[in-house]
Amino acid sequence: MDMQTIFSASAEIFLVIMICAVLIVDLFVEGEERKVTFWLSLASLLGTALLVLNNTPESREFIFDGSYVNDPLAGLLKIASIIMVGIGFIYSRKYLIKNNLMKGEFFLLSLFGLLGMLIMISANSLLIMYLGLETLSLSLYALVAFDRNSSIAAESAMKYFILGAIASGSLLYGISWIYGVTGSLEFNEIALSISQDSSLNSLPLWFGMAFVVVGIAFKFGAVPFHMWLPDVYQGARTPVTLFIATAPKLAAFALIYRILVDGLGGVQDAWQGTIMIVSLLSLILGNVVAIAQTNIKRMLGYSAIGHVGFIFAGIFTGTQIGYSAALFYSLTYIIMAAGAFGVLIALSDEEQGDQLEDLKGLSQRNPWLAGIMLFIMLGMAGIPPWVGFFAKLDIINAVVDAGFAGFAVVMVLTSVIGAFYYLRVIWFMYFEKAQESKAIVVSRDIGAVLSLNGLLVLALGLFPGALMQLCISVMN
Amino acid sequence: MVIGLDHYLIISAVLFTLAIAGIFINRKNLILLLMCIELMLLAVNFNFIAFSRHLGDETGQVFVFFILTVAAAEAAIGLAILVVLFRNRRSINVNELDEMKG
Repeated sequence: MDMQTIFSASAEIFLVIMICAVLIVDLFVEGEERKVTFWLSLASLLGTALLVLNNTPESREFIFDGSYVNDPLAGLLKIASIIMVGIGFIYSRKYLIKNNLMKGEFFLLSLFGLLGMLIMISANSLLIMYLGLETLSLSLYALVAFDRNSSIAAESAMKYFILGAIASGSLLYGISWIYGVTGSLEFNEIALSISQDSSLNSLPLWFGMAFVVVGIAFKFGAVPFHMWLPDVYQGARTPVTLFIATAPKLAAFALIYRILVDGLGGVQDAWQGTIMIVSLLSLILGNVVAIAQTNIKRMLGYSAIGHVGFIFAGIFTGTQIGYSAALFYSLTYIIMAAGAFGVLIALSDEEQGDQLEDLKGLSQRNPWLAGIMLFIMLGMAGIPPWVGFFAKLDIINAVVDAGFAGFAVVMVLTSVIGAFYYLRVIWFMYFEKAQESKAIVVSRDIGAVLSLNGLLVLALGLFPGALMQLCISVMN
Repeated sequence: MVIGLDHYLIISAVLFTLAIAGIFINRKNLILLLMCIELMLLAVNFNFIAFSRHLGDETGQVFVFFILTVAAAEAAIGLAILVVLFRNRRSINVNELDEMKG
């Protein structure tokens, strides 16, 4: 193993070492606040981010005998995931202390999950992809069940575990067929053998691909494989929901992009239709069912299904514009999701505080929080000039360019339906009377990061050019 | 009769289908569900070894080792969640996993 290999994977190696350090150090930390664990976790995130920044090459390079890839796309996704995990830690600290959940395990499992995501993002072989995915999933199952005295947390963890295991099994079964047909596990070799021998593009490969697509759709939570997602969003503690709702979406984007585009790009005709149907169903079901929800975390879960529909729509176009639009959408969506759950964390007193009713009269209890939530809801609804508008516009553009004008109409219609329940949240915050008048106090550090998060939703909407350019350039 | 690749693939497909059917038909016991998940992974292993032998390429066999390891970790986590669930509910009946709806 040469030095180049070590440098290229240094972020992951550093993170593993730091996780071990956190694991040991946490044993000796006393007290309820776990300050040392918290700051050490943040420091390891910072170090990992710096190493990623330093070691992202200009063009694609393969290491570890071609099973690991380092390219600008990986750099961007990794940085964004690391930042999201960091923001999640900052939002969660007070909540965890208040609810007596400030344990080293929360940070350890999150960091292990992050490690899995980084591995997925850089995987260039089906084996490495699978291992990264399992590292992420196993950490997430444990994180959901993290609050051991909660009955619904245990129930949602069990559902998540079983459906996640079925998804992994289906993905693996598909992988075994793809391996059998093409004789390789590395994405570029799979693509090469498909392009060289057109007879491979036949039933056995499609059979394997169908199982892989099912596995991917499960992990994204796309309809009809979405059953776990609302339950997990509702059942998990809000900091854990925030974690699940943000960074893993980027890892899932890497999963679908690397497998379907890098590996199976040559048989695009075969997967395009399936992804399109899944996207269509997700758009419709996610947005329609979200209207009926009274629990805001569950509502955001269904809204996440709708957003996944948009991301899939960018993928099925099969064009560079579509992929970069999907990337832009994923990045901006997770910024909004982090903000939304951040506000919910700041809101929650001793009880969970996750009913839609709890938001009533928020503008009287804490105008600043209400303002941030307003920005985020308008962003998610896709109202200009907030960033969600440009993200949606980009995807719709790409879909129309690829010749699916009818599909674009469905996207616009479902967005209009979706706007209803986002605007209802705003209605509750500004035009309903508060059930209790006690003001909500937000500590200064959380307030600062939340404000930044809210302003980013507006700022990226006013000046989307730079991030869009970045998304286009990393895709080439 | 010569036993060839096809036979192994059929066995594996049958095992995989049994596992999936077991997961969806079983409405009583969560432990049975965990067993079905293991069975599913073993079906995949069958496939990998058959293909690996057929292609004359060891990568598939290496993959099997990884799947076995991950399956062990998965079973550990699954059983841990099961214990937490039982402590809270005093039941591991699949039908009673219905506290959240909508």
